[in-house]
Amino acid sequence: MKILVSVKRVVDFNVKVRVKPDGTGVDLGNVKMAMNPFCEIAVEEGVRLKEQGIADEVVVVSIGPKACQEQIRTAMALGADRGIQIETDQELDSLAVAKLLAKVVEEEQPGLVILGKQSIDSDNNQTGQMLGALTGMPQGTFASEVNLVEGKVEVTREVDGGLQTLSLNLPAIVTTDLRLNEPRYASLPNFMKAKRKPLDTKSPADFGVDISPRLKTLKVEPPAERQAGIIVGSVDELVEKLKNEAKVI
Amino acid sequence: MKREAMEFDVVIVGAGPAGLSAAIRLMQQAQEKAQELMVCVVEKGSEVGAHTLSGAVLEPRALNELFPDWKDRGAPLHTPVSQDEIYLFTGPEDAKKIPNGLVPKTMHNDGNFVVSVGNLCRWLAEQAETLGVEIFPGFAAAEILFDADGAVKGIATGDMGVGEDGQHKDSYMPGMELHAKYTVFAEGCRGHLGKQLMERFELDKDADPQHYGIGIKELWDIDPAKHQPGLVIHGGGWPLDKETNGGSFLYHAENNQVVLGLIVDLSYSNPYVSPFEEMQRMKHHPVFKQYLEGGKRVSYGARAIAKGGFNALPKMHFPGGLLVGCDAGTLNFAKIKGTHTAMKSGIVSAETIFFAIDQGGLDLAAYAEAFEASWAYDELYRSRNFGPAMHKFGTLMGGAFNYVDQNWFKGKLPFTLRDRTSDYAQLKPAAESNKIDYPKPDGVISFDKLSSVFLSSTNHEEDQPCHLKLKNPSIPLERNLPLFDEPAQRYCPAGVYEVVDEESGGKRFQINAQNCLHCKTCDIKDPSQNITWVAPEGAGGPNYPNM
Ligand SMILES: Cc1cc2nc3c(=O)[nH]c(=O)nc-3n(C[C@H](O)[C@H](O)[C@H](O)COP(=O)(O)OP(=O)(O)OC[C@H]3O[C@@H](n4cnc5c(N)ncnc54)[C@H](O)[C@@H]3O)c2cc1C
Ligand code: SF4
Repeated sequence: MKILVSVKRVVDFNVKVRVKPDGTGVDLGNVKMAMNPFCEIAVEEGVRLKEQGIADEVVVVSIGPKACQEQIRTAMALGADRGIQIETDQELDSLAVAKLLAKVVEEEQPGLVILGKQSIDSDNNQTGQMLGALTGMPQGTFASEVNLVEGKVEVTREVDGGLQTLSLNLPAIVTTDLRLNEPRYASLPNFMKAKRKPLDTKSPADFGVDISPRLKTLKVEPPAERQAGIIVGSVDELVEKLKNEAKVI
Repeated sequence: MKREAMEFDVVIVGAGPAGLSAAIRLMQQAQEKAQELMVCVVEKGSEVGAHTLSGAVLEPRALNELFPDWKDRGAPLHTPVSQDEIYLFTGPEDAKKIPNGLVPKTMHNDGNFVVSVGNLCRWLAEQAETLGVEIFPGFAAAEILFDADGAVKGIATGDMGVGEDGQHKDSYMPGMELHAKYTVFAEGCRGHLGKQLMERFELDKDADPQHYGIGIKELWDIDPAKHQPGLVIHGGGWPLDKETNGGSFLYHAENNQVVLGLIVDLSYSNPYVSPFEEMQRMKHHPVFKQYLEGGKRVSYGARAIAKGGFNALPKMHFPGGLLVGCDAGTLNFAKIKGTHTAMKSGIVSAETIFFAIDQGGLDLAAYAEAFEASWAYDELYRSRNFGPAMHKFGTLMGGAFNYVDQNWFKGKLPFTLRDRTSDYAQLKPAAESNKIDYPKPDGVISFDKLSSVFLSSTNHEEDQPCHLKLKNPSIPLERNLPLFDEPAQRYCPAGVYEVVDEESGGKRFQINAQNCLHCKTCDIKDPSQNITWVAPEGAGGPNYPNM
């Protein structure tokens, strides 16, 4: 079975993001980028299924500027076999990504598609579901456990109030939650090997997909800064402040 | 699990200006002679540039030699220095601007560029990779490997996935041995492997002790109306007192950004000095504040600087390898510039090593002669009296001495001032020192330590062994606290060291290692020389942008 994993290049989770002074978006100049952590979990799951002998190939795809080849190479260092980059410098809506992935699915015919449940930059949580709708494949989202049994995939999902287990026919779509696995470290020799693994570059036009945005960002604002607290001298002062300044009692 | 090993021709530790220049020059020679050469660079930062912190005004001399066509290759040198200003600060509101005619020659910056050395390294790394160098960010060299004869035969990267208790976690991955014909150590100031090499091979036996400063730096977006690309400001005096040497800087870079910082010599004697708070109050001086008002702080960081220069330069070669750049101490403190000399020492090392490989494996003693013949060495020689003069006469008279030395005698005065006391041994007891009452930060121009560290995007895997090793865990509370009021609480620019009151009434020494900025100051300044900085798990540490 072939597994297709999608990965996104996002701002590194350690970086404290800044809004551009003109409020048009987040400032990405000189900022460290990395693979979206949920996508890393998706790669790890694909690689584990291959190591268990259930999958025979893990293909990783990323859509974005040339630099996202770095994330594809990292995925290959973690164990993916080959990469596909769909190159565009345009900002992409979830729907455009899902449409492109649907085309890749058509071409590659994977038995399982694994995606992160969301990316930590836009937090949309839509692409996997949209891909399900576009391809008609069954979907198991927010997976915390994935088991392949007799031609089906059992997906344990983290839902409000507990865990739900679904059994899906293959081919299927899985989106990963945080607890699915703990990704490994890529080793140094594997980084070297990854440089020699095949990486195909395509463009959205190759797939005939229209990626023009359907959403418009009006304004991006940082959350209000928390005011510094004060230490009150006595209970009386506290009561007085709550009454007259905060006006909550 | 046994460690695997890989073989290279040359392994380089550290992707700073020195290490990357060495890598590039090696491959250029290999290409010229159509030879195969396997060169790899390991870098402890999560990416090249993530741990780089500099000023910086760059003198492009070494870059010109490495890539005469650097402009066409898109090197990030966009802002030529347009104006130099030097101030002597005499108080929180007062300053004397030094007339141009009285400025030592070494402080003129015509032909230089305001750059981000972080971005310069990112660009150098791209060039190196194009030439075929293997660069591995996220891998720290943790151990030096020796062959049976005691020569260096490479390094080992650190293990990953080890818990705080030393136990292997599920994600455990043993380090790798990287073997090489020659190993180049380019870890920058106070490299932790460099320090071991100095001891083992007695490299600094005939040199004066190395002297250091701590540089604390911030990057700001400022009001475009106040931005003057290429304006370079240096200052001395206030906020530091007469017993504390150092200097401040503010450079106007590109994109409406300025960088500013304060370098405090670690030879200071008052244990109550807090370089961090000196830097915060410095920003309120009108000369700095005028640019910062209405702006926003983008990033913060700190790094030690090796400023001993010529007199402290150790032997740089040993069996199996070389020490280059600030790992050896090639910075020219009279110019407060080390990037160009670090690069030059890297270039010369590559030429020595390539020749040695070509000749079937010579020892590297030729490096000493080759480096001594270079302009970098000549520069360090001419500036040899600068630091000691400052230490001996203070900023004002030291400055006058340096003017005469550099402008009238071109650095060739027939005598050499020496400075033979190590920085850690300079502290006076707290009882003999005055407490310093630093103003509270206003949250607009000045800030506290924690919100500052936050802007360095520093992170370390929490569950790992502490990378700040105490030789004797009782010293902080039993010696340093009573004698010096444990200065680590103040010299550490990241608030890593705290003396905490226990509920029981006792005290506890706490190390918040995950905040560490890898500046190395504790390893240098601890008066008991009790703290050893070792490399944490790869990729840990700051994630600096264009610092
Ligand atoms: C505040 C400040 C201002 C400065 N201003 C200027 C200026 O205006 N002009 C100028 O020319 N110079 C300036 N300098 C000096 C300049 O930054 C240094 O001289 C220069 O960076 C030295 O280059 P290097 O390659 O030797 O070391 P570094 O730049 O320190 O690079 C060393 C690299 O090695 C890595 N490393 C270290 N140990 C290990 C390990 N064990 N394993 C793997 N990787 C490791 C580090 O992460 C780092 O990337 C300034 C320095 C400071 C601190
Ligand atoms: S712990 Fe040491 S190396 Fe780390 S930031 Fe503090 S002084 Fe610098």
